[in-house]
Amino acid sequence: MAYLDHAATTPMLEEVISAMSATMSEVGNASSLHAAGRRARRTVEESRERLAASLDAGPSEIIFTGGGTESDNLAVKGIYLARRAENAARRRILVSAIEHHAVLDAVLWLGSHEQAQVELLPVDEVGQVHPDTLATAIARDPGSVALVSVMWANNEIGTVQPISELAEVAHQWDIPFHTDAVQAVGTLDVSFARSGVDALTVTAHKLGGPYGAGALLLSRDVNCVPLLHGGGQERDVRSGTLDTAGVVGLSLAAELAVGRRSEMAQRLTGLRNTLIAGILREVPEARINGHPTQRLPGNVHASFRGCEGDSLLMLLDAKGVECSTGSACSAGVSQPSHVLLAMGADEATARGSLRFSLGHTSTESDVEAVVGAIGGVVERARRAGLANAVRR
Amino acid sequence: MKGDACLNATTSDVPLKVLAAMSGGVDSAVAAARAVDAGWDVTGVHLALSRQPATLRSGARGCCSVEDANDARRAADVLGIPFYVWDFAERFAADVIDDFVAEYEAGRTPNPCLRCNEQIKFSALLDRALALGFDAVVTGHHAQLADGELRRSVDAGKDQSYVLAVLTPDQLSHAIFPLGDSTKDQVRAEAAARGLSVADKPDSHDICFIADGDTQRFLTDRLGERPGDIVDADGQVLGEHAGTFGFTVGQRKGLNLTTPAAGGKPRYVLSISPKSNTVVVGDKAALEVGAISCTAPVWISRRGSDEFDCAVQLRAHGMVSPARVRLDPDGGLTARLDRPQFGVAAGQALVMYDGDRVLGSATITATSR
Repeated sequence: MAYLDHAATTPMLEEVISAMSATMSEVGNASSLHAAGRRARRTVEESRERLAASLDAGPSEIIFTGGGTESDNLAVKGIYLARRAENAARRRILVSAIEHHAVLDAVLWLGSHEQAQVELLPVDEVGQVHPDTLATAIARDPGSVALVSVMWANNEIGTVQPISELAEVAHQWDIPFHTDAVQAVGTLDVSFARSGVDALTVTAHKLGGPYGAGALLLSRDVNCVPLLHGGGQERDVRSGTLDTAGVVGLSLAAELAVGRRSEMAQRLTGLRNTLIAGILREVPEARINGHPTQRLPGNVHASFRGCEGDSLLMLLDAKGVECSTGSACSAGVSQPSHVLLAMGADEATARGSLRFSLGHTSTESDVEAVVGAIGGVVERARRAGLANAVRR
Repeated sequence: MKGDACLNATTSDVPLKVLAAMSGGVDSAVAAARAVDAGWDVTGVHLALSRQPATLRSGARGCCSVEDANDARRAADVLGIPFYVWDFAERFAADVIDDFVAEYEAGRTPNPCLRCNEQIKFSALLDRALALGFDAVVTGHHAQLADGELRRSVDAGKDQSYVLAVLTPDQLSHAIFPLGDSTKDQVRAEAAARGLSVADKPDSHDICFIADGDTQRFLTDRLGERPGDIVDADGQVLGEHAGTFGFTVGQRKGLNLTTPAAGGKPRYVLSISPKSNTVVVGDKAALEVGAISCTAPVWISRRGSDEFDCAVQLRAHGMVSPARVRLDPDGGLTARLDRPQFGVAAGQALVMYDGDRVLGSATITATSR
C-alpha cells in the first residue's frame, strides 16, 4: 500500500501514541482543585508551553480546541463578532478565494446570518494572493474591514502564501489577520511571533498527532467572542473540559514535527520532485498545478485532461495507491475544486485532477508505485472519459 | 441466480469484475451481496444524481440524499467491497430531468425511471464501467436475465422488467440482475440475515428528483404558468388550466372544472394539445383505447414475422392486454388490443411480452379506439 494522502491525515507517531496512552490512564480534570486535577492541569500547561515553544508563541497565546475546523471557525467568527461589536461599521471580511471550507463556509455563514460582507481575494494562476491585491481591497474602505484570513499554505495545490507580507499589509490599517497553518506546520518555518499574524490555526492529525485536537494561536490583544460558552476555560474564549491526552498528543506531535522540519522538508522536496518528474515522464501532457517553488515540500497536484478524478482515484486505489481528488469530502461527491477554479482552470481540468501528498512515512517506493501505475491509469481513465463524452 | 452472456465467457480462475450500482436501498445492497457471493470482484458505486443533495432523506421519495449515499456506503462496508460515489448529476439533469420536462411540455407522459435505466445506468455508467475495465453492471432491479432473455421477476408485484425493456441486447449483455428469482420479502429477509442496516428501509416511490411529490409545481417552476382552456370534445370551454404540461391522459383529479358535467359523471383528460394550449376532457368511455401506434421499437428477442400475438403492458405496473402487433413499414409498430385499455398516454412505453419474456418495447405516439 502506498499512502500518499498525508494532507488528509498522517499516520500517528509512536511516541505520541505512547505519551497519550500514559496520559489517558490518569484521572483528572484540569479545572479541578485537588491533586488529580492539579496533575492534569500541570500536564496541560506543560503541553501549552511546549506547543508555544514549537510555534514561537507565548503560552498565553495558545487556545486548545477540537481541531482545525473549530480553530478556523473560532477565529473568523469570534474576531468578526468582536470587531463588529467594537465598531458597527466593520462588516467586511477579506479571505482568499482558495481557503479551506472551514474558513470559507464559516465566513459565508457570517454573510448570511451576521450581516458580514465577504470579499474573496483573487489568486494568480499558481494560487498566490498578492499583497497588492489585499492592499487594494482594504484601501477601498479600510474602516469597514473586520478581519483578513489567508491560509499559510493551500491544502489542495500546496501553494505557500507570502504570509508575513500580507499580515503587514493588514496591520498598516490595524486590521487583525488570521491564517490557517494546518498544512504548513511541520514542513515550513512557522513562527507565530515573526510572521506577525494575530491568529493561527494548527491541528494535530496533520503532524502525526491525534484527531480532534487542535489549537488557535491568538494574540493577547485581539478580542475574540467565544463560540462555546461554559466553564470559562482557555481565556474564556473556548469553554469545555480540556482533553488532556489530546493536548499532550498535539504538543508532542508539533514538537517532534517542528524539531525535524528542515530534514523532513528536504527529504520530501526530493521525493516530490522525483514524483513530479516521474508523472511528467509517464504522462507528458499532465499539468502540475500550483507554484513551481513556493509550494509545500510534500505536495504534488496534477491535472490529467480528459480524465475524471473519480476514475483516476478508483483505478489507483485498486492498485494500492491512495491519493485524493482534492480535499476529503464528507458527502463523497467530488465537486470541481473551488481552488482550481479560482486559479482560472476550467471545470474539466478541475475535475480531472489528483493530489498526492507526502509526509513523514513516505518513501521512494511510494513514489515508484505512483509512477509505475499512473500511465496506464490515466490512459484507462481517459477512455472512460471519452466513453462518457461520446453520447453527450 | 443467473447472469448473462458475459458470465459464460469468463473462465473460472479469473473472477468477473463487476460494478454494483448501489442506491442505498435494500435491493441494490442484496444484489451486490449476491455478486460477492458469486465470487466476483465487486466494486460498489453510488450515483450522485442530484446537484444539491439533501442531507437527510425525506419520506419514501428521493434516492440521492447524502443519507442514501451513506446507507449504500455502510452496505459496502458490511460486504467488504470498495465503494465510491460518482457524480452523474449533470448527465442525469440533461438526459432524464430535461427530457422529463420537455416531454410534459410536448403533451406526453414520460417515464423517468425508464429513461434513467436507458441513459444513465446502462449508458453513462455502463460505458464508464466498461472503459475502466469492468465486465458488467449489477443492479437490484427485480427482473430475470439469462442467456440474453429478459423476464419478469418471480415477484409479480415488484416486477421491473417494464422499465428495463428499453435496453438493447448490447446493453443487457453487460447487465446482471441478481434479484429476479426472489420476492421482495425474500430480499428483505436476506438483507436482515446478512446484517445489512437497510433491510427495513422503505421502498422508494414516485419520482426521485421531485422530493415533495408535487410534479405539477415542479413543472410550473421550470416552464412557467401558461394558462389556457379546458374544453370538451365539442370545444366548449369548461375551465382553465395553468399549463397543459400539468396533465396526463386519463387524469381525473385536479381538473378544477367550473361547469359541472351533465348527469354528474366524472370527467377525464382525453387529450392534450400544447399547440392550441388546450386540454380536452370527457367521460370515461371516450378514453377507451383499442389500437396503439408506437415509434422507435427496441427488440430484445424479436418474433420472426412482422405480425404476431403477444401481451402488451402500457404502464410500469398493470395495464396488460393480449394484443396483435404489426410492424409498420415506417419502422414503427401498431398494437391491436384484445382488451381495451383506458387512459393510454403518449410518451409511455409499450412493452411486449411472450409469457413472462420481454420481446421488446416501443414508445407510444398515438392511440385510437
